[in-house]
Amino acid sequence: MDSVTKGMTPIVQTVSGWVKGFILVFGIYLVLYGHLTPGGGFGGGVVVAMALVLLVLAHGKEEGLKRMPMHVAGELDSVGALMFLVIAILGMFAGLGGSFFNNFIAKAYPGEPYTLLSAGTIPLANIAIALKVASSLFVVFMMLVLLRVVYTEPGKDS
Amino acid sequence: MLELMGLLLIFMVIAAIVAIETRDLLAAVISVTAVGFGVIIGFFYMRAPDVAIVPIVVEVLILVILIRATLRVGLKTFVGNRAFFGMMVSIAMLMVLFLAAIRVFNDLPAFGEPIMTKMIDAPSRVYLANGLHDTGAANIVTAVLLDYRAYDTLGEATVLFASIIGAITIIRKKARKKPSEPEVEEWTV
Amino acid sequence: MHYALCLALFLVGLYGVMVKRNLIKIVIGLIIMESAVNIFIVMIGYRKDGIAPIMSKVMDPSVFLARSVDPVPQALVLTAIVIGLGVTAMTVAIALRLYEKYGTYDIKEIRNLKG
Repeated sequence: MDSVTKGMTPIVQTVSGWVKGFILVFGIYLVLYGHLTPGGGFGGGVVVAMALVLLVLAHGKEEGLKRMPMHVAGELDSVGALMFLVIAILGMFAGLGGSFFNNFIAKAYPGEPYTLLSAGTIPLANIAIALKVASSLFVVFMMLVLLRVVYTEPGKDS
Repeated sequence: MLELMGLLLIFMVIAAIVAIETRDLLAAVISVTAVGFGVIIGFFYMRAPDVAIVPIVVEVLILVILIRATLRVGLKTFVGNRAFFGMMVSIAMLMVLFLAAIRVFNDLPAFGEPIMTKMIDAPSRVYLANGLHDTGAANIVTAVLLDYRAYDTLGEATVLFASIIGAITIIRKKARKKPSEPEVEEWTV
Repeated sequence: MHYALCLALFLVGLYGVMVKRNLIKIVIGLIIMESAVNIFIVMIGYRKDGIAPIMSKVMDPSVFLARSVDPVPQALVLTAIVIGLGVTAMTVAIALRLYEKYGTYDIKEIRNLKG
């Protein structure tokens, strides 16, 4: 499919250039306000992945890989998973009678409920999950859609 | 109305039968996307908004991946099932499974009355009553997912990581280079 | 009756996996099975005329406890959907590799070809 590597017509490219900023900001809003309104790490992460997929589909493979190279996406994936694990292990050492995944920030500094800085480790865990889900879905989309599968008859040399 | 959910489920069953039986692969892929969107409307009807955002994006990604896999030049088309005897045995086994599993549904509570209305000390009651006070989060689903049951979320992150690594390993073009002949060091005494 | 329809949807997907010869139809059967299980789990937690389990400033806590739907099945299904995408991606990757090696999606022919 040539349009996957070269991008689409200029009308599609212009409109998607305006729209993908809104989609990215909406995804980040879903992640950050995940403890107050519907959303959370999973919903925000998949919407951010969708903004990156829109960029690749409209402008072609080269432009997409210039904005977010594959090895950077792999690194972000691992950073998200490690951040989640570090938040969990820190709960064991901090706080009185600490256990795995103890919400130690909420016990020490309980903020005002219904505000942004209120729920302890929950917004940090949301950001870690969103990083992980967004980069995983982007990498698997790039690998599966941009692969060229060519069947050669056995016996012929390539 | 509970009847709206019944009509939605009948629509999903018909779309699933069309997806399995039709000969055209593009029509099958579009029908399975219709089943997915029926599930999303069902989630909105069940008062679950933050569960409903995720399958919208997941359905679009699965649609693009499946179309990329099915539409290629020179795909040989064929039709048919596996051996006839095997097909009859499978259908008979599915009928027996259906009739046996229907009896289980008499023990489940009726649709519209969850278990927490009948059990006084159900965990859901504890989470709903103390969620805001213990964690400070207004979204009780996020509080359950990341504070009360955070270990399950760690398990999910692990499974997602492993399945994505598995998919990448199968697809990747470059294999590891075989180590060439070991270099022989010459010792000069 | 609603639970029986969910079970029927699951069995249609299982029929697709067990009986069909085309690899893409097997993948479609897996997707239908996963959707049926997700909608079934969320249906168990539904309360008639309920409200979503999200508190706000103007809501009375006792009214919230008496009318809200169950939050635990929603949390379990939220992770299951993302994992379903990972499993589908791996299955399609295997199907693409099989096409590259054998030239067809037909599992009868793949079983007959050697090497």
